[in-house]
Amino acid sequence: MTTATQPRGRDRAADHPVAGRSERLRRATRWWPTLMLLVLFTLPYSALPLPGLLDGPIGSPGNLQLLALCLLFGGLATGYDLLLGRTGLLSFGHALYFAAGTYVTNTVMLEAGLPFAASALLGLLAGVVLSALLGAVSLRVSGIGFSMVTLAFAQAASILVQRDPGGVTGGEEGRAAPADRLPASLVGIEHTANLYWMALAYLVVALVVVQWAVRSPTGRVWEGIKENERRVEVLGLRPYGYKLVAFVLAGTLAALGGIVYLPLTGGATPQTTTSDFTLSLLVMVVLGGSGTRWGPMVGGILYTWADHRLGDLAGSGAVAGLPSVVRVPLSQPLFLLGALFVAVIYLLPGGVARLPARLRTARTARASRLAARREEAVPS
Amino acid sequence: MATVVLLTFTGLGLGALYFLIASGLSLIFGLMDVLNFAHGALLSVGAYGTWWAASGHLPGAGTEGAGFALAVVFGTAVGTIAAVLLEVAVIRPLYTRPREQILATVGVGLAVPALLSAIWGADARPFPGPKALSGTFALLGAEVPLNRPVLIGVALVVLAALKLFLGRTRHGLVVRAGVEDRAMVTALGIDVRRAFTLVFAIGGAAAALGGALGGLYFGSVDPGQGTSLLIFAFVVVVTGGMGSLTGAAVASVAVGLVQQFANYYTTAGLGDVAVVVLLAALLLVRPRGLTGRLA
Repeated sequence: MTTATQPRGRDRAADHPVAGRSERLRRATRWWPTLMLLVLFTLPYSALPLPGLLDGPIGSPGNLQLLALCLLFGGLATGYDLLLGRTGLLSFGHALYFAAGTYVTNTVMLEAGLPFAASALLGLLAGVVLSALLGAVSLRVSGIGFSMVTLAFAQAASILVQRDPGGVTGGEEGRAAPADRLPASLVGIEHTANLYWMALAYLVVALVVVQWAVRSPTGRVWEGIKENERRVEVLGLRPYGYKLVAFVLAGTLAALGGIVYLPLTGGATPQTTTSDFTLSLLVMVVLGGSGTRWGPMVGGILYTWADHRLGDLAGSGAVAGLPSVVRVPLSQPLFLLGALFVAVIYLLPGGVARLPARLRTARTARASRLAARREEAVPS
Repeated sequence: MATVVLLTFTGLGLGALYFLIASGLSLIFGLMDVLNFAHGALLSVGAYGTWWAASGHLPGAGTEGAGFALAVVFGTAVGTIAAVLLEVAVIRPLYTRPREQILATVGVGLAVPALLSAIWGADARPFPGPKALSGTFALLGAEVPLNRPVLIGVALVVLAALKLFLGRTRHGLVVRAGVEDRAMVTALGIDVRRAFTLVFAIGGAAAALGGALGGLYFGSVDPGQGTSLLIFAFVVVVTGGMGSLTGAAVASVAVGLVQQFANYYTTAGLGDVAVVVLLAALLLVRPRGLTGRLA
């Protein structure tokens, strides 16, 4: 960081106008997360239309619902990156903990008749216990074996949910949340703004928790495990416990996301238990930039938005008029997202979050090349 | 007794299907350290290729006798070509980035079934099998569908062929040595990367053949078939010990049988869960799988 080495003061800035400007810029950009949060907080009051990006004004219930989903998945991807980008664990079973939050909360409300708050607490507890138990088993194998075992667990849970044991999970249709158990402020189309704020709060919680955890001493060990697990062992630490902590923390965040998801979509659906759901989280994280502070969030928001808008695009008249070679693949959002994912891996290693830095290096490289060419041109 | 016989044949048939997927998966993983998430997509490609040819789009191919055999050959060939394309176009440029190789196969694994359902619809299509294979035969009082022993026979032939290839040919030797220690093989001046493409072609062919025969087993093809079979193939690969062909064969029989028997004697769906519970138990006792290979 250059700020630490440069003496502060107005005269210094006056001597170097460029340095002064960049410092002012840096000081201003330090506040952008707060500013962004304020903007996001006030969005439900906005009637501004964003043609192309959204249908109609931002504050309309439909758009708020979509934006809330975007924020929710932003938070979820941030939590998932705790495993993938911070500890280097490639888990393919994250959907399980998300679905545990949704399903346990919903089932407790439906079957035991408890209010939402108490059920949500139980849902969160289920996420913690489940991730601790299954994490303890899956972490016995490392590398790809771990990925496969987490996938197998999630798949078993997914099958169980879809088989509908005792009519508890609702099988392939899922089960709608009971409106009389949810707080009145979370039910109904006129309260969409409250759901939106809840999703925003979840995103903030996920970002803060991940940031705090990564900066803690445990977070340093995670970084070490990601870089070289053997060396962490040589230092006298047992990676197993640290990895389990990361797994449980990520699982808890996912369960919390599942609880927010329940009132937002009005029920529990088995789609959230499938391996495709975990894979979409993986796509979000890689799309945004794994292991960065804002990348997973950006990826989650972009992916969710694209997933919904591409579906609209596929049904629009502009696509229907195209020849079938183009039209048929365009009608499948998953095809486009899968292809986009592969393209990002090739063309944009590090995801969207690395884009500004890449552009900057490209620009400096071009500038220095131009300067070199100019110097060559002068003597001749 | 009749139920046991029927369940055994069904379980073995399912196990044969798992083996066809898991053998390629295991070899690819053992040699290249790539977990191929697009392997289920290769199976779907094979299934749709066979279905497409058998429903009269390919001249000479049909639903009966030699015509059906031609359709299966066509489907397998399409799957093999798809596998080679996948290796050359997607995996090869990422040799220096192993994590990204897996992610790229995830992307392909998402895109291919979506493309298949975009072209032929997301609903299951009836699979036109030959009449000779749609019947049953009586054994110890059970009416066993004929396609079960066919599947088991094909899987045994594939196992024998792979064993012969790995044990008796020069290319097989390179593959085996590569699974054992890739760096050493490279140091000896052998281009392992050519073996990569070969292993992908073999794995793709086996998976596509599995897709063609899976159409017989399930009686229909749908775009998600490959992906759902893939997950149990993963279980088979981990259980059998990664990179081991014999381990994969033993594990696929065990997984198929446990699944069928548990599904029948307890509630439906519990068999699938039982397989995973068994996997967890095995990992607690032997973290390296049945054959003790390094994960």
